[in-house]
Amino acid sequence: MKFNARTFSIGGIHPEENKLTHEVATQVAALPKQAIFPLGQHIGAPAKPVVQKGDKVKVGTMIAEANGFVSAPIYSSVSGTVLKIDTAIDATGYRKPAIIINVEGDEWEERIDRSDKLETVAAHPELTPEEIVERIKSAGVVGMGGACFPTFIKLTPPPTAKAECVIINAVECEPYITADYRLMMEHADEILVGLELLMKAAKVTKGYIGIETNKPAAIELLTRKCAEVFGTSAYQVSVVPLKQRYPQGGEKQLVDAVIGRQVPAPPAIPVNVGAIVQNVGTAFAVYEAVMKHKPLFERYTTVTGKRLQNPSNFLVRMGTPMKELIDACGGMPEGDHKLLAGGPMMGKALTSVDVPICKGTNSVTIISDDEAVRKEPQPCIRCAKCVGACPMGLEPYLLAKLAAVQNWERSEQEDVVSCIECGSCQFTCPAHRPLLDHIRLGKATVMGIIRGRAEKK
Amino acid sequence: MGKLVVSLSPHAHGKDTVERNMYGVIIALLPALLVSFWFFGIGSAIVCGTSVAACVLFEWAINKYILRNERTTICDGSAVLTGLLLGFNLPSNLPIWIIIIGALFAIGLAKMPFGGLGNNLFNPALVGRAALLVAFPAQMTTWPKAGQITSYLDAETGATPLYLMQQAIKNGDPSLLDQLPDSLSLFLGNHPDGAGALGEICGAALLLGLVFMLWRKIITWHIPVSIIATVFVFSGLMHLTSPVYADPITVILSGGLLLGAIFMATDYVTSPMTPKGQLIYGVAIGVLTVIIRNWGAYPEGMSFAILIMNAFTPLINNYVKPQRFGEELKG
Amino acid sequence: MTDGILIAVIVLGTIGLVAALVLYLCSKRFAVVEDPRIAQVTETLPGANCGGCGFAGCGGLADALVKGADAGSIDGLACPVGGQEVMGKVADLLGMAIANGDPMVAVVRCNGTCVLRPKIAEYHGLRTCAAMNACGAGETACGFGCLGCGDCVAACQFGAISINPETGLPEVDDEKCVACGACVKACPRNIIELRKKGPKSRRVFVSCVNKDKGPVAMKACKAACIGCGKCEKECPFGAISVENNVSYIDFTKCRLCRKCVAVCPTKAIHAVNFPAPKPKPEEPTKEKEEQA
Repeated sequence: MKFNARTFSIGGIHPEENKLTHEVATQVAALPKQAIFPLGQHIGAPAKPVVQKGDKVKVGTMIAEANGFVSAPIYSSVSGTVLKIDTAIDATGYRKPAIIINVEGDEWEERIDRSDKLETVAAHPELTPEEIVERIKSAGVVGMGGACFPTFIKLTPPPTAKAECVIINAVECEPYITADYRLMMEHADEILVGLELLMKAAKVTKGYIGIETNKPAAIELLTRKCAEVFGTSAYQVSVVPLKQRYPQGGEKQLVDAVIGRQVPAPPAIPVNVGAIVQNVGTAFAVYEAVMKHKPLFERYTTVTGKRLQNPSNFLVRMGTPMKELIDACGGMPEGDHKLLAGGPMMGKALTSVDVPICKGTNSVTIISDDEAVRKEPQPCIRCAKCVGACPMGLEPYLLAKLAAVQNWERSEQEDVVSCIECGSCQFTCPAHRPLLDHIRLGKATVMGIIRGRAEKK
Repeated sequence: MGKLVVSLSPHAHGKDTVERNMYGVIIALLPALLVSFWFFGIGSAIVCGTSVAACVLFEWAINKYILRNERTTICDGSAVLTGLLLGFNLPSNLPIWIIIIGALFAIGLAKMPFGGLGNNLFNPALVGRAALLVAFPAQMTTWPKAGQITSYLDAETGATPLYLMQQAIKNGDPSLLDQLPDSLSLFLGNHPDGAGALGEICGAALLLGLVFMLWRKIITWHIPVSIIATVFVFSGLMHLTSPVYADPITVILSGGLLLGAIFMATDYVTSPMTPKGQLIYGVAIGVLTVIIRNWGAYPEGMSFAILIMNAFTPLINNYVKPQRFGEELKG
Repeated sequence: MTDGILIAVIVLGTIGLVAALVLYLCSKRFAVVEDPRIAQVTETLPGANCGGCGFAGCGGLADALVKGADAGSIDGLACPVGGQEVMGKVADLLGMAIANGDPMVAVVRCNGTCVLRPKIAEYHGLRTCAAMNACGAGETACGFGCLGCGDCVAACQFGAISINPETGLPEVDDEKCVACGACVKACPRNIIELRKKGPKSRRVFVSCVNKDKGPVAMKACKAACIGCGKCEKECPFGAISVENNVSYIDFTKCRLCRKCVAVCPTKAIHAVNFPAPKPKPEEPTKEKEEQA
């Protein structure tokens, strides 16, 4: 299949795809016996519990409310009794406050519409942009691509920025992960309604769906459906095939590839160049939240790994411990492994299989044997391959060196805060140097220094 | 269950390694090496063999006895590469003891004291060659003619194309240029009286190496193309002003230009880190090479041009930054 | 020939004189007027330029001290390296009085050795505490404990702290430690604290900062503080408080009686530099037997 595929302008790499679960149809994961809900599943202040030990909850009951503006509520994905509000290990690797619920049955809140009927925006003219945003906010919808930024905030940009289009990130550039692809193949109609809702809420008429060319079936399907749904409407929606390149799914790279505009250095964000980017899973969650009154409590997650017996895609209730999903795939294989929440490029390595699936967990990846261990670093040979790989036009070898000698002033001058921590530099380095390990520390320190400076003023 | 390994992201790595790059360059040099055996026979084998062995030995010895490092670095391929490139710069009748001194300069002066691979300021092979040129000018400027496969120290020497070109300019006598072999012979290296350094004889073999390295993504096109293009343009302009200057194709195919542009100037450690910087570097080398060749004391200007620009590489790295993402739109 | 030498001498001599004159004029014209006391105070200070006082180098502290003296008080300014002795001399120089400070020392509040706190994972990558801390809890189940990569060791300019290879924990040499606070800042988990050195270098502290609930903390490390509160109840001086499941001894109130050490069920409270308890003599029991 030949597509006229676009891509971003600077850098990028081409890791092995390993999309082992590409054609594996999604299964509904079994309910866990105990569900764990960390209170910090989003960017911003952790949610505040509104239940206590002994309370009975149903599927879709709010168990924690948003705590401040940049925050989101959390809803129970199971019915049962609240066991305790305690600490549990989450994907950060630390024990964080969490609500733990013993699962009993599967009773849902009555307001949730469980039918399969496709609700269209046309059939609901009463939905104003403000109403849509309000429903998204109260449903606790956050970015499902992994960043978990509260969606309602993205849809209401500051007065200085004017949104011109909504871009749906269906790129899924990380190796192994296929959750978004399966979602597109199985719920294309709902996703397009979700897109329309997003466009209406953001008060724009242009929409784009960016898909990498390694998903030709999805490109075809969505192109056809877009023509059907938006062909005669006021909205201009197009599917944009994108070249297979990492990090094509990075917000800034996606905006560059789709509409050819480069978001300037932080604190600029995509809406400063007119684009609101949403993950395709978020679009689906928006549909369910607005049209089906279903808050965010379940998601598509890929559980995969070369040594796993049956790598699969799951529709899983949040709060399910990863161990249950891994067991459903045949259990942890023998030997030493890395257990990742996310993909191999930006995922988080975990020390426990009991970490629960949260709003941003798009994949559980098990990396095995040789691939799990880091090789011994050698001195930098100044080959400049990291410079060629960096999608932000930075010089990773220099930023790593400056962070190692703690030269924060020069780090700031060399734009370390623009780093998106994609890992392309470290992936490319022939000397196996831990470039991103250093750069990440430098970036965090410099951002702290900048914040301190701003506060003093 | 075994243990869980943790680290910060990324958790995947590409297939590239230092060894793959170093040995890749060595493979790219193989056509030129085989051609040098074809034209210079034993002489080539002895010179290249001694050079490689001496470089590896010195690096191993310095690592073990002077720096007292736990691990040796001779397996990463860079010492072998330096040895090979040094050998390619030498005449095939150079005595062994001189070659060993050259290797000592290359590894023991230009590479290890700076901190080994990755830290040297100047290209080790070129430092070795330059040091030998200055220390042993007579031996380093007498070039055996090609075709003497069984002769080593007793090989008959002849004038190189560059020598003829330099004489033409000095004496203002364009007729000397008629003695130059035609471009095809220069390209393939099979001119009957052809004399020159081991690695400079055959342009075709070197270009084959360039194609290999570009395909394997060991180097990018920026440096070789900018050097060759600049030399072409500059020497072309000179050729148009007066017939004493050779035509640009001959200039490019003579002497160490292709060897230098493809293998020496593209050395990772001593060349700039950004594409823009590399282009500036390449253009400057081209200009300097033509200037030294035409108006300098030595017939060959490539090595000195590269060494001079090696000194400017840190400056270029400091001031030439890559295109930052988001720079086009201000605010 | 002598003409040549003469000319050379005259020319070079003239150049030298002119240069000297120019330098002299410049040094007068562009002279920086500095309070002479700053130089005097800098002279008195140890000259380690360690930054422990919070200023960049001894010159920085001297500058601040002189300004403070002019403003009326040098409270809050102290050189930890020079200690009381040097500060006394500085105060005399500036004609000021100083408050008496107790010598302080860095204390590592973690006892999660390799034996007591088992590893549950293997970390690969940049081996610094900052990097491991960013990666997660570390190689053990305790997300508060020492990571053992030695960021504190690297920060110390006095060689006063080193990692014990057997336990995997840092140890402070209290002879060399000047309490400059560099290791405190370097530790990403705030495990190291500057505490009073104590008479005869004796001090008592809780060697744990784990805020997890008791059973969770115990599972991760056998020497963890479980927040049971026995120490708080036992302390006759009210120096101990338990907050967030971890106990803390206020060193300004602690009288080194060590009653808390005896009652701690996990031996999380440490008493440093005390003599070992004398073994009980056996004769009294024999006498009792004979009497009975």
